[in-house]
Amino acid sequence: MHEMGICQGILDASLDAAKAEGATRIKEIRISVGELTEVVEYALQFAFEALTPGTLAEGSVLLVNHIPAKSRCLQCGAEYEHDRFDSTCPSCGNPFSENIAGRELLIDSLEIDTGDEAPEDGE
Amino acid sequence: MEIDLSKRILDRNERLAEENRRLFEEKGVFVVDLMASPGAGKTSTILATIAALRDRYRIAVIEGDIASKVDAEKIKEHGIPAVQINTGGACHLESDMIQRAVSALDLEEIDLLIVENVGNLVCPTEFYLGEDAKVMILSVPEGHDKPYKYPAIFEIAEAVILNKYDTVGMFDFDEEEFRSVVRRLNHRAPVFAMSATKGDGVGAWAEWLALRIEDSKTSSSEE
Repeated sequence: MHEMGICQGILDASLDAAKAEGATRIKEIRISVGELTEVVEYALQFAFEALTPGTLAEGSVLLVNHIPAKSRCLQCGAEYEHDRFDSTCPSCGNPFSENIAGRELLIDSLEIDTGDEAPEDGE
Repeated sequence: MEIDLSKRILDRNERLAEENRRLFEEKGVFVVDLMASPGAGKTSTILATIAALRDRYRIAVIEGDIASKVDAEKIKEHGIPAVQINTGGACHLESDMIQRAVSALDLEEIDLLIVENVGNLVCPTEFYLGEDAKVMILSVPEGHDKPYKYPAIFEIAEAVILNKYDTVGMFDFDEEEFRSVVRRLNHRAPVFAMSATKGDGVGAWAEWLALRIEDSKTSSSEE
């Protein structure tokens, strides 16, 4: 259940960034999770619901963008997406490849309310 | 309003891990993180590694467990400095725990620091600690199908130890299948079949580790 720690990481970074922008509320947190990581979205959403109450992110949505596994063939150089267990090159059949995507754990962006989104006056 | 962050989720862990890395490099300490299920033989592997390499390197151990000091005490009985980390429920070690544990060791007096991660095949994979190499141990009784079930740990390991190899005839363990799946997931990682408690096969693993330690010395002196 390391999703709790990962979720805390998402929340800490998001809250810092949101406060720095003077946010009154976080509406959405968008993250990218590679398919080769051991992160389960269900557990992540569960942790998110447990950790957000009482913070600026209470009631916000955690939007997860899943990044497929991708490798580069060490023989012919082809780049291709593949499932978790078989990274055999579809072009030349070589089983050995270099992973190039699928291990990401990134916070991409936030959608926030700043409270002064009403027309500004007196500037 | 949208804020673009493009930040690593585990940024804090990774920043502290990089601090650990710099400290280890400065002090010339090679760090290996051992990951395995509970009962796979992590502590026995550490004891076997100590026996094989203690004449060549000054060794220390960090023991990660949810609770108890049993493992650190076992190591200390052999005259090796050991620090116990109790995670208090956390299923893996993180770099701040390593940072605290390291402060209790004299790094000037250490060449090889072995970190025993919490027994778990899932969680330790995402957490860089600042180590030179992650190594995973699978024991024969756990079954040859584990790389199918827990692929990430096999993908990131720089070497795989197949422990309790003396029992291979007693279990329905398909070694050929195991080696072929590991190779598909991670063609770089050598697989060392050994019995940590009986000593068979420990030599090859210890030689690999010694080679890695020597390589890291050469590459840091070239910088």
